[in-house]
Amino acid sequence: MRAVKRQATHPPHPPHPPRATMSIDTEQYKVSQEPFYQPLDNEIALYEAAYRRRLPVMVKGPTGCGKSRFVEFMAWRLGKPLITVACNEDMTASDLVGRYLLDATGTRWLDGPLTVAARIGAICYLDEIVEARQDTTVVIHPLTDHRRCLPLDKKGEVVTAHPDFQLVISYNPGYQSLMKDLKQSTKQRFSALVFDYPPADLETRIVATETGIAPELAAALVKIAAAARNLKGHGLDEGISTRLLVYAANLMDEGIAPREASRMALVDPITDDEDIRSTLHHAIDAVFP
Amino acid sequence: MPVPAPLPPEILAPLRQQLRCNFPQLDQVFPDCMTEARILLSETGIRDYLEGASLICRIGRGFEPVLVYLEEMPRVAADLGEETLALVSQTVWKLSRSPNGKAILPFLQSIAEAARRLASAELLTRYTAMILDFMERTTGSIHGFHTTIPSPSLPDLLERIPYLLSQLTCHGLRNWLDYGLRHYADHPDRQRDYFSLQSADSRAVLQRERHGVLFVDHERQLDLYLRALWQERQTFVPYSDAFDEPRKPLPYFDALGVRIPDCYDDRDGVAGIDRYRALLAHVAAHLRWSGSLVADNLSPFQRIAVETFEDCRVESLALREYPGLRRILLALHPTPAEDACDPERESCIRHRLAMFSRAVLDPDHGYRDPNLLDFVARFHAELAEGSSSTQAIADLAISYIARTRRQQDLAPNVHFTDTEVDYRDDNRHLWRYIEQGDEEEAFEERKPRQADDVETLPPRHYPEWDYQSKTYRPDWVSLYEGLHPSGDPAHIDALLDKHRMLAKRLKQILDLLKPQQYVRLRYQEEGSELDLDVAIRSLIDFRGGATPDPRINMSHRHDGRDIAVMLLLDLSQSLNQIPDGCSQTILELSQEAVALLGWAIDHLGDEFAIAGFSSNTRHEVRYQHIKGYGEGWDDQVKGRLAAMEAGYSTRMGAALRHAAHYLEARQADKKLLLILTDGQPHDIDVDDERLLIEDTHKAVQELDQQGIYTYCINLDSHADEYVRDCFGNRFTVIDRVERLPEKLPQLFMALTK
Repeated sequence: MRAVKRQATHPPHPPHPPRATMSIDTEQYKVSQEPFYQPLDNEIALYEAAYRRRLPVMVKGPTGCGKSRFVEFMAWRLGKPLITVACNEDMTASDLVGRYLLDATGTRWLDGPLTVAARIGAICYLDEIVEARQDTTVVIHPLTDHRRCLPLDKKGEVVTAHPDFQLVISYNPGYQSLMKDLKQSTKQRFSALVFDYPPADLETRIVATETGIAPELAAALVKIAAAARNLKGHGLDEGISTRLLVYAANLMDEGIAPREASRMALVDPITDDEDIRSTLHHAIDAVFP
Repeated sequence: MPVPAPLPPEILAPLRQQLRCNFPQLDQVFPDCMTEARILLSETGIRDYLEGASLICRIGRGFEPVLVYLEEMPRVAADLGEETLALVSQTVWKLSRSPNGKAILPFLQSIAEAARRLASAELLTRYTAMILDFMERTTGSIHGFHTTIPSPSLPDLLERIPYLLSQLTCHGLRNWLDYGLRHYADHPDRQRDYFSLQSADSRAVLQRERHGVLFVDHERQLDLYLRALWQERQTFVPYSDAFDEPRKPLPYFDALGVRIPDCYDDRDGVAGIDRYRALLAHVAAHLRWSGSLVADNLSPFQRIAVETFEDCRVESLALREYPGLRRILLALHPTPAEDACDPERESCIRHRLAMFSRAVLDPDHGYRDPNLLDFVARFHAELAEGSSSTQAIADLAISYIARTRRQQDLAPNVHFTDTEVDYRDDNRHLWRYIEQGDEEEAFEERKPRQADDVETLPPRHYPEWDYQSKTYRPDWVSLYEGLHPSGDPAHIDALLDKHRMLAKRLKQILDLLKPQQYVRLRYQEEGSELDLDVAIRSLIDFRGGATPDPRINMSHRHDGRDIAVMLLLDLSQSLNQIPDGCSQTILELSQEAVALLGWAIDHLGDEFAIAGFSSNTRHEVRYQHIKGYGEGWDDQVKGRLAAMEAGYSTRMGAALRHAAHYLEARQADKKLLLILTDGQPHDIDVDDERLLIEDTHKAVQELDQQGIYTYCINLDSHADEYVRDCFGNRFTVIDRVERLPEKLPQLFMALTK
């Protein structure tokens, strides 16, 4: 299977850092192959409209429902480079913006992924933005309003965003704690697309197309997922995601029996609660005759 | 069965001589018994058999015990082994050597059923040992050495053995007996109630010990099942089919919830939990697909047919959704044989419908009746289009009844064998009645019942740990929570004023304790100081040509205290004592100490609650709210503290559990439960000293698991004997009670430093 987050995450320290003055190879950030994406609603048109006006976009939704895939697909459709940054707690503002490095002769400046994206006119995708600390996320503010610029205070430069530049963030409102939420001032700079797990028939088609298993098997998997999603909040923090369904389907495609594949990919990763395991195992038995 | 030829006299006579017994009635039955015995038993077996009968003859209890022994034992010995012959006769002999002669006959009568249920000689031995042990423990003696008073409950118990063994395993029976013996050994009337299954706790313990999958243990799983697979949320109301002998209750559901059996044994390769799930799947399918019909226009036969057809319809639809259910349903659904019912002699209505239901469920049913096959085909055709409807399927059912109707259907002897589908409900939800009934009261308007005015909080029930049986006694203690009465807050202020020197000293310690710990934050790009370790590492990276880590600074931050404290005060009667060398009661000293502690904790800013407890038997544990987490250290709280009063006993476990449920809801990192007491846990309805100590110990363990640290401050100088058993190492005994006001806040600070 193609990795869902296929687009390589931008490494914090690329081996050959592009200098600000050097031309940057934008081709490496292009999405070369069409990713499979099953539209659920008119989100493609909405996104395109937002892009035409270069509005920053926030994609919200539970884990594994296809947020990253959607962004990747849109980058491919628009033919724009995509720079993905996976956010984490230890990330600092300089990891986004860039920093000075010591050199044998002195220091030199290294652009961060956000700066690169602003310079070359890429779509910059900050995945799981809430994982980053709040003081980090404020650096995106000037890029997300009418100013469309990025001041590099250490360097004393103001990067004006390329006309093609757009900022996209993803955000899972489900499992974040009280401490991890976006500031209002950050939230109010974005237009938002809300994602959820697709309806059963579409999800069946997604699983079948993505892995090539028979549609009846895919439908059975989707039924198990529906059972688990009903338990959200009753011992499960998140239901079974589409991504896990794809995993299970892949295992089945490898010749693993449906029950075993489902247990391995759908039940055991998500819960340690004996009652829930037993219920989901029963659901698997009930769905596969 | 062919009647075996009677034994010739030349064989019978020597056998008769071996049996030393002269009851005249014996000669009538002897030949028959010996004929059976010779078929079932070996040579030695017959010898043992006759010896056993002779022994029972000699006990002098009339002919009946001998007769029961002669009749029952060959079969038992053949099934379980011939050693049981001597076992039973010896046990009877032992019974006869005690004052329990009355129990001999019931014992012998219980043997056949016990042997059938227990099915092994080993278990039967254990069973007889259990009965003898029971006899020993319930037979009374005068002056301690001759047993003279017969066991009050042994005959009753033995009469119920067949029923008990049908519900319990040997192990469960043991537990049930033990429970009764422990609690009612010295109370003959209650003992009889318990062992004849009259008393409520007898039935409750029996329920608990039953074999199979118990509802109480699996309620959550069933709830999850309905939610996950059917998106239903129903209340479950368990019923027991253990006691209503004449009429077995059936599962059903209505607006108040789903009534389900409290216990399912595994059956036909289907686990008990799956039987529950099959029942719930059936109920959920009704909820999803069934409508309702007017009952008044249909005859009883039409109605039962409609019910069966509708059951089949919803099940077929459920199987479409979850095909894996078919395996379970097939295993549970009876398979009526096609020619089992004779339509000339019995009413076959149930049999016909059960066959139809089987044929719908099982494609390989193999029935040949043309009407049946025709209707099964019509049924499937009806459902082929979609989900059909209750009305459409009812029409089909009525025409089936019309087609297959027989004269004998009205006969009173209905064929029931293999027609009961026990995972189906009784379908009462299917019917609407236009006329409620002819009874007069049906026309009276129901008056809505006045709701009782609720003034106090309803009691909360807590379990108690029984260390002897190593089980919880469920919902054993009733705890009533109330607001502590108020007094004059100025009294507390006066107490604080009295100790103001102490307060000053405490304040110094408090200021040191206040949150000011520094935590180093390393790997900072910008910070207050250079972190040399990291800086050097970065420099090495840099010199080596690698990208250096720029996060070479560190900074500091304050780490706050995050403690939630609950102070639980023992307010039992003994607090009113004035200890040696003091001029104040313990209550007054506690009051001062708590006032100071409250002031200190308030000063520190920790979350803090105070409550007091006392108990008057397990039915009334009082838990008095003095200060809640949300309340400040204000006059209201001080007022309640000022009104502190002592009385009654100390049932600590329930109070600990209740306090813990408040503490558990707090968000703090550390949770501390301080308990201030002056003696060991004790209550007037408990004779066994250890019981409440062990229960307290168990409660402390439970709290540990919830992440609550329990600490006991004990004012009893003899506390060493028991306090360690309750609280492990987490206690302090304050010998000089008069120093309590000074000690308590210090102790608290030491604990939380």
